[in-house]
Amino acid sequence: MWADLYHFFTTYWLGQAIVILAECLLVTVPLLVAVAYMTYVDRKVWASIQLRRGPNVVGPFGLWQPFADGLKLLLKETIVPSSANQVLFLIAPMITFMTALIAWAVIPFGDGLVISDINVGILYLFAISSLGVYGIIVAGWASNSKYAFLGALRSAAQMVSYEVSIGFVLITVLLCVGSLNLTQVVIAQSGWFWNWFWLPLLPMFVIFFISALAETNRTPFDLPMSEAELVQGFQTEYSSMPFALFFLGEYANMILLSAMGSVLFLGGWMSPIPYPPFTWIPGLIWFCLKIALLLFVFSWTKGTLPRYRYDQLMRLGWKVFLPVSLGWVVITAAVLQLGGWVPKSF
Amino acid sequence: MASLDRTARAFLLTELVTGFMLTLKYMFKPKVTVNYPHEKGPLSPRFRGEHALRRYPNGEERCIACKLCEAICPAQAITIEAEPRDDGSRRTTRYDIDMTKCIYCGFCQEACPVDAIVEGPNFEFTTETREELMYDKQKLLANGDQWESLIAANLQRDAAYR
Amino acid sequence: MLLQAIAFYVFAFVVMASAAMVVVSRNPVYSVLFLILAFFNAAALMLLIGAEFIAMILIIVYVGAVAVLFLFVVMMLDINVTRLREGFLKYLPVGALIGIVLFCEIMLGLGVFGSGTATLGELGKAAPQVVAITNTRAIGQVLYTQYFYLFQVAGLVLLVAMIGAIVLTLRRRPGVRRQRISEQLYRPKEQAITVVKVPTGGGVS
Repeated sequence: MWADLYHFFTTYWLGQAIVILAECLLVTVPLLVAVAYMTYVDRKVWASIQLRRGPNVVGPFGLWQPFADGLKLLLKETIVPSSANQVLFLIAPMITFMTALIAWAVIPFGDGLVISDINVGILYLFAISSLGVYGIIVAGWASNSKYAFLGALRSAAQMVSYEVSIGFVLITVLLCVGSLNLTQVVIAQSGWFWNWFWLPLLPMFVIFFISALAETNRTPFDLPMSEAELVQGFQTEYSSMPFALFFLGEYANMILLSAMGSVLFLGGWMSPIPYPPFTWIPGLIWFCLKIALLLFVFSWTKGTLPRYRYDQLMRLGWKVFLPVSLGWVVITAAVLQLGGWVPKSF
Repeated sequence: MASLDRTARAFLLTELVTGFMLTLKYMFKPKVTVNYPHEKGPLSPRFRGEHALRRYPNGEERCIACKLCEAICPAQAITIEAEPRDDGSRRTTRYDIDMTKCIYCGFCQEACPVDAIVEGPNFEFTTETREELMYDKQKLLANGDQWESLIAANLQRDAAYR
Repeated sequence: MLLQAIAFYVFAFVVMASAAMVVVSRNPVYSVLFLILAFFNAAALMLLIGAEFIAMILIIVYVGAVAVLFLFVVMMLDINVTRLREGFLKYLPVGALIGIVLFCEIMLGLGVFGSGTATLGELGKAAPQVVAITNTRAIGQVLYTQYFYLFQVAGLVLLVAMIGAIVLTLRRRPGVRRQRISEQLYRPKEQAITVVKVPTGGGVS
């Protein structure tokens, strides 16, 4: 009986399809719940920084607040502006949402706990994270509104600029790992928590985090949607479910970049102290804790920093991060070569 | 040396770190906001909230239809019609306040010779439709009955200063 | 195998269709979006033949950077479509000629590639000998050994092009007041603010 079932799920294409579908659901559903609670945590963190209370009425400690918000958005009317390009206007939020979700296929949640363990995992992540900008640009153009359009233009320039430094950060990590496979990246960091790449590559970790803020349009880089001048930028014309999709996509992207950060720099599923009882805790939990830590820093940043001006943003990207990250690639390569620490697989 | 120190500080992002530490510290300070629907801030006895028409202790309504409130109302929110009642006393047949026009200046309350129209301490009277904000005499009298104890107490506390 | 064949034909069809739409569609923004779709499906085709590195690079470089800039520019253009169509018939012969020449060249190239084992052998010499390595490393090994100088020259050409573009667009305008951020950052706290204890009712003099 069990052998038959195993046979069915491993050999027949229908069985395999069911397995893949189940895996996708197993990642997506918790992810969406995490997104919902990320909004809650965000609001709580900002509130406590500003000495406020945050959502605390719906359910115990306001825990049902994200679902109340979601329900509100679902029940609202979807408004498509009459001068908007209707098809693209509705496709744009879907692009943002989809790109935020499909990247999770290669994230290793534990040893072997990954939907698709491809050889070029890092490149895949990099490629997908660079696609998110299309949702924003298309939304801005299709809305046929000047605020939305300005937001889209800012977003395009910003994403292209900060992707360059993220690229160099990835290259430094690759130099230390010797593989593009994300599981290999995590395995290369095994050991005590000071063996993880955040300490040896600390400047790169900082640059990665700041660029991640820019990639996800979070403060201090939320120029594409700055409330004060652009009235939510590319989201100006959106309401109801399309707006909710943008929102979900944005937060899923944040969680994704946090996951990327913890895989690349914080040792993925590794426990910080490689001895029992810490190793008894499943890797998945360590991984989630690391993501949660990075996400907390995301909210903390939003509560702390004011918004950059546009020319300052460009200056930071091109005149500071690009040279620093490029230089650090060279330094890392030289140190690895001269110190004889080049990874075995090269 | 000083410039070296400043350069080092700039590269170590000390300013960012101090800022982050400050917000982290604030995160654990006690909250200053009032937990509104469950706790409320103190109200002055002179607080001008929702209107109410009061009655005498024997149940007779105070309003004598002098129309002073209607005359003084700067927003012209009050409409009064009056006729002699069967017992010959002068009473209103209609006393409407358009709460969407009202600016809560309290002039009606000050103009009233018999303390009939007052602005009570209630400020939570939001409605879902605009029509519900067109208060008629019945609604105002009901308000008076509901808030009488508080209104009377407030009037008494404020009487010394009038 | 059947699944792969179906996938191949689907991707190939979408590539061809969207490539056609790039040319046909009236709105230039649609053209760029269809171009992106074509890039995507081309990357999928690369994946099908097991060239995952090329596929990812195609997406990163073309979809992630180049097409964004295309879209950026095209969105800001104010194109009058009817005016564009006016000269269509006049330029048709020239356009058709160029098209035919290009088509013949591609066919010629394909013919040379397909026929004769000698050329295939020539091509194969460049390929790394070990089969069981990822194609990322295979490309790296070829690129940084056999074609190292050509690779460097290509890099130099790009560098020259970049510097050229910067030189052409860089203009020094006199009288522009610039923000000198390093100066601002180096100004110490003592120069910027003074903390005054104000007595109640006393005010600041």
